[in-house]
Amino acid sequence: MNSVADFAGILLGGLAAGTVLFVVSVGLSVTMGLMGFVNLAHGAFAMFGGYIIVLAMNRAHYGFAAALAMGFFGTAALSVVLERLLYRRLYRAGELDQVLFTIGLIFIFIAGITIVIGSETQNLQLPPALSGQLNLGIVQYRTYSIFLIVLGFLIALGIWLTFERTRIGGQIRATVDNRRMAESLGIDVDRLFTITFAFGSGMAGIGGGLGAEFLGLDPQYPLKYLVYFLIAVSVGGLGSVIGVYYASLILGVLDFVLTLYLPKGGTIFIYILTILILLVRPQGLLGRKEQ
Amino acid sequence: MSRRTIAAFAAAAATVIAAGGAASQAQAQDVKIGLILPYTGPGAVLSPEMDKAIDLYQKLNAAKIKPYKFTIIKRDSKAPNGAAAKIDTQELLTQEKVDVLAGWIYSPDAIASAPVVTAGKRLAVIMNAGTSFITNLSPYFVRTSFTLWQSSYVMGDQAAKYMHAKTAVVAYTDYPPGKDALAGFKTAFEKAGGKVIDAIPAGGPEATPDFTPFFQRAKDEHPDVLFVFVPAGDQATAVVKTYNALGMKAAGTKLIGTGDIVPDDLLQGMGEAAVGLITVHHYNADLDNPQNKAFVAAWKKAYGADSTPNFTSVGAWDGMAAIDHAVHATKGKIDDGAAAVKSLEGWKFNSPQGPIMIDPATRDIVMNEYLDEVVKGPDGKLHEKVLVTVRAVKDQCKMLAIGPCAPKK
Repeated sequence: MNSVADFAGILLGGLAAGTVLFVVSVGLSVTMGLMGFVNLAHGAFAMFGGYIIVLAMNRAHYGFAAALAMGFFGTAALSVVLERLLYRRLYRAGELDQVLFTIGLIFIFIAGITIVIGSETQNLQLPPALSGQLNLGIVQYRTYSIFLIVLGFLIALGIWLTFERTRIGGQIRATVDNRRMAESLGIDVDRLFTITFAFGSGMAGIGGGLGAEFLGLDPQYPLKYLVYFLIAVSVGGLGSVIGVYYASLILGVLDFVLTLYLPKGGTIFIYILTILILLVRPQGLLGRKEQ
Repeated sequence: MSRRTIAAFAAAAATVIAAGGAASQAQAQDVKIGLILPYTGPGAVLSPEMDKAIDLYQKLNAAKIKPYKFTIIKRDSKAPNGAAAKIDTQELLTQEKVDVLAGWIYSPDAIASAPVVTAGKRLAVIMNAGTSFITNLSPYFVRTSFTLWQSSYVMGDQAAKYMHAKTAVVAYTDYPPGKDALAGFKTAFEKAGGKVIDAIPAGGPEATPDFTPFFQRAKDEHPDVLFVFVPAGDQATAVVKTYNALGMKAAGTKLIGTGDIVPDDLLQGMGEAAVGLITVHHYNADLDNPQNKAFVAAWKKAYGADSTPNFTSVGAWDGMAAIDHAVHATKGKIDDGAAAVKSLEGWKFNSPQGPIMIDPATRDIVMNEYLDEVVKGPDGKLHEKVLVTVRAVKDQCKMLAIGPCAPKK
């Protein structure tokens, strides 16, 4: 019986770690996969949203749900401004230009947050309902992890339904497949990109807040976790939201199990796993083969 | 030129020389102190606490410091990997021509700086870094902070004798002081009859890892105590959070550690989760002695009622007292590194943490260690209650001559 509880605990821990990876990376999959824009500054948006959420709760004493909404809309609003002023000019530019521009943006965010808020880590104070333990019958586990796993699943499902079953989702898929044809059919591609970008960035903002319990939140955030975002997106397959979901969960669970049994290996497992998966499937789990 | 004019000139010249001499006598002798601390990166929360203590020492002891004057030149040691700290040390010695070096929060920074310190021949006061063997790396190092062996050895002993624990799991940050904490705890705990059933390296000092897999492993092993060492700061809060979130207390495993997991300045932010934690450290802000009462009162007056000094502040405070002593003992020739170090061997001081001494054999600090429990006071705030005081604790790694702690022949 004890071993069943241990196993369940390990699985839940891994799923929670994977879900954290998913919520912070899903926005990047949207912007990079669907719009073909190499937005390395994705983590900066996640950090920006995270700061809104944590500061709204700690300093202005808003509730968790209200703070998450503020994080989403605050980050989305900022991203629309930046998209209109800066990103738009680089849609047709080469990838190197996009990389240089977004790396520069990361440094501006890091310096900006350091000056305005300070370099110390911000602590997410969870509401009492989400801290502590939840009894699942076979095992007691931390409530917040279970909350994250459920929320991550709902987010993945919601995004999938939006892409597959709604008009705007159809327009986005059409534009990704053939931009010129979509434009000639009367789809306002500029507007569509703005909406997609705002949504992806807003999701990043929520992810920054939700993940702060595990990843912390300080001005170095966008650089510290950049590699993880890129891993989740490339293992999942460019443009596939469901692929990123699977990739995050698989990486999260395997990394958790290996870290637990072989703590000496430290943080190396996630990289080994990434290499192995990409050796077998260079296009990612659910990515389409290059023609 | 007449004879009279020459005499007048001579008189005037004599007056000028005399006046000049008098002026230089009256002018304070400037002592340049090069301070190496991480102002960015994960250590950035600790540096301000040390800066505040350094400022406060100069403010409260202005009369004692005279006729000397301290000028502090700060350098950022950035990430705790030693690279920036080594360059800082070099620049402070060659470009700024400092008389004394001080600082070093992280051990890798002090370890990397050691060869430069030796070449520079200036007194170097370690105000925080706690890996035991660092003082063996240069004859100019004097430590006013602590070693991990001091707190973890006493914790291992008390875990067996005071808490009656039979089994322990150790989780530690995988870098030199973490390995010291593990070795110190294990040596004392097993000597007293306990058994360390697992030792889990839990990530490096650079970023706060997700402690869940490490603690989950410890929980599944059902030890009496989980002994944790992480660098004081962001990681400490995450440790206490994860311990509570996994419900380890209810599962019968007590969280213990060095005082690094409950730094005074972060304690109130940890809330109820910290109540009942048992740690060993050389300082907490609630210590009941006249020096500490005055120190904490002055601190709160200068930096606000909600602000609290922690052990890093005291390491910096004692470091300034050491420099102050060395300047006077060498009559201002503190830039003679060997003489400055000599003046500190056997130096005794009444610190806010209690009586301290620099061991003349090792240049390391000798001090009291306190077994503390976090309790909720009648004021609704969290306090440290001293359960046991162990007096004049020496660094056991050097006493037992273990590995690199053995004195160089």
